[in-house]
Amino acid sequence: MSSFSPLHHRGGEVVRNYLIKSVLQIIPVLLLISLIVFILVRVTGDPVALMLPETASDEDRMVLTRALGLDQPIYVQYIKFMGDLLQGDFGTSYRYNLPALPIILERLPASFELAIASMIIATLISVPLGILSAVKRNSYLDIFITGASALGKAIPHFWLGIMLILLFAVRMKIAPVSGRGTFEHLILPALTLGVGIAAETTRLIRSSMLDILGQDYIRTARSKGLIETLVVCKHAFRNSLIPVVTIMALQSSALIGGALISETIFAWPGMGLLIVQAVNGRDMAIVQASIFVVAFIVILGNLIADILYRLLDPRIKYK
Amino acid sequence: MTTPIQTETAQIVTVRKRKKSGSLSRFFRLLWKSKVGTIGLLIMAAIVFVAVFAGAIAPHDPVKTNVSKRLLPPMWLEKGNSDYPLGTDNLGRDVLSRIIYGSQVSLIVGIFAVMLAGAIGGLLGLVSGYYGGWIDAIIMRTVDAFLAIPSMLLMLIILFVMGPSLGTLIFTLGITNWVKYARIIRGEVLSMKERDFVKASRTVGASDARIIFTHILPNVTSSFIVVSTISVAAAIISEASLSFLGLGVQPPTVSWGGMLSDGRQYLATSWWVATFPGIAITITVLGIIFLGDWIRDVLDPKMKAKGSK
Repeated sequence: MSSFSPLHHRGGEVVRNYLIKSVLQIIPVLLLISLIVFILVRVTGDPVALMLPETASDEDRMVLTRALGLDQPIYVQYIKFMGDLLQGDFGTSYRYNLPALPIILERLPASFELAIASMIIATLISVPLGILSAVKRNSYLDIFITGASALGKAIPHFWLGIMLILLFAVRMKIAPVSGRGTFEHLILPALTLGVGIAAETTRLIRSSMLDILGQDYIRTARSKGLIETLVVCKHAFRNSLIPVVTIMALQSSALIGGALISETIFAWPGMGLLIVQAVNGRDMAIVQASIFVVAFIVILGNLIADILYRLLDPRIKYK
Repeated sequence: MTTPIQTETAQIVTVRKRKKSGSLSRFFRLLWKSKVGTIGLLIMAAIVFVAVFAGAIAPHDPVKTNVSKRLLPPMWLEKGNSDYPLGTDNLGRDVLSRIIYGSQVSLIVGIFAVMLAGAIGGLLGLVSGYYGGWIDAIIMRTVDAFLAIPSMLLMLIILFVMGPSLGTLIFTLGITNWVKYARIIRGEVLSMKERDFVKASRTVGASDARIIFTHILPNVTSSFIVVSTISVAAAIISEASLSFLGLGVQPPTVSWGGMLSDGRQYLATSWWVATFPGIAITITVLGIIFLGDWIRDVLDPKMKAKGSK
């Protein structure tokens, strides 16, 4: 046992160093995002107009201009903006009259519920279809699956959502039109989002499976006289899990982008709906804070994908 | 009987002839061979034709309201009217005419947004890959920052700040979608920089500008075209989504996304108002995807060998 421990210890250190390095790389990205947000909001737009409802009086504008320090030089404004952010102060929502960050975080469970359900649907659709289409390459089945995934990419998510409402809620009345609560409420929004993701991932899974089927060890397995089913199930499928898991884990950005649409159509009370409402209601603080929350989730999702990839494939070294 | 040598010579001659017959005809011969590419080209040709000649094709004025004719069903349904083949919307406007005019916005936004994104991303990718060092580091971290924000969210926010209009929509789509170009062009430039002909050119004292314009640019064009085609499809979907959320082009300009948004409220009674614009978007985007797949296969055989991306 003791003979293993130094090695194990060293492995642990490598993993820890890798994690520290990855987390450190997030910092410049978040800094740049803060700069992008700052430029967008303070330089290109009129923050006073963005933070106040359209009915605000001139006096209100004056008070807010001074309160925000907008009469000061631009770099002073940026330093103050960054200082507030570092203290976790993302501004106050005028609509809810509460700090913006907690309002967004409160919506996360609903969004996660939708995201998980969508990922399950996307996995159930795209993994079998992607693998099948690679195994039966150039067959009619492959052409059909590839065509279906092209169609899935061409159909706008929001229209798919509306058509699902028309079919299942208005006509067949087997699912509620909108809201959250029961399992039935989850089906249509998750289907809208899941099908959109599946269209993208089926192609990716197909091509990574094709890569694997072209590898030497598959040829060896075939030349040993193994039956094709065994080659595919035992050798190819297991190895295809690595890219498949990574592909699925990398969908966090697409999930959030899709959630903006899906949550709006189905009035699903998650972060996406909150953001769209904040944009339409000109609630600056929420919009600003949401970018950071979303960026953080996406970066975290990509990091998890990277770690999964390394965990699953021992050949990949931590750099 | 011809000798083997004669046949061989004959083959070489035909090969030469084929090469001489010009790249354009080769292009179309390859296109004709690919059924999917042909379908894509036909769809796109039809849509461009419709958009350009909208005024002559559309049976009605797309914005003229007629309350007495409101929510008429398509002609093949009961109470349908052959004057309004796809029915009318809640204000009595002809759905078919609106779809015909809506193609203009989709194509204009799609093409100009991609040109802007391509110009920004292509330039930054070129600079990043060619010069490397701290310029590369800054540009690539910016790319990372953009990638961490879902493009839909970024577009919402830019439109929120700038206000919705056709111009800001094109600007927004351009400024959000340059990242893809920057990454791909940078990668191509990096690999091109190591090629012998570029190294040789530098050894004989060619300037950066000369190397970029005569050696690197011509060799990254095919990747550029492949990315651009797919990007037009993405831009058209984004435009429709943003117009659907009320942040795209504003009425009275007709857009497919806006039509869908209007039709959504009448889903229970008049399904056609929200259904047909969606079909129009799907067909258009499918046409571009088909055409794009084919262009990729022709310009970039490497990608084809690896299976679709």
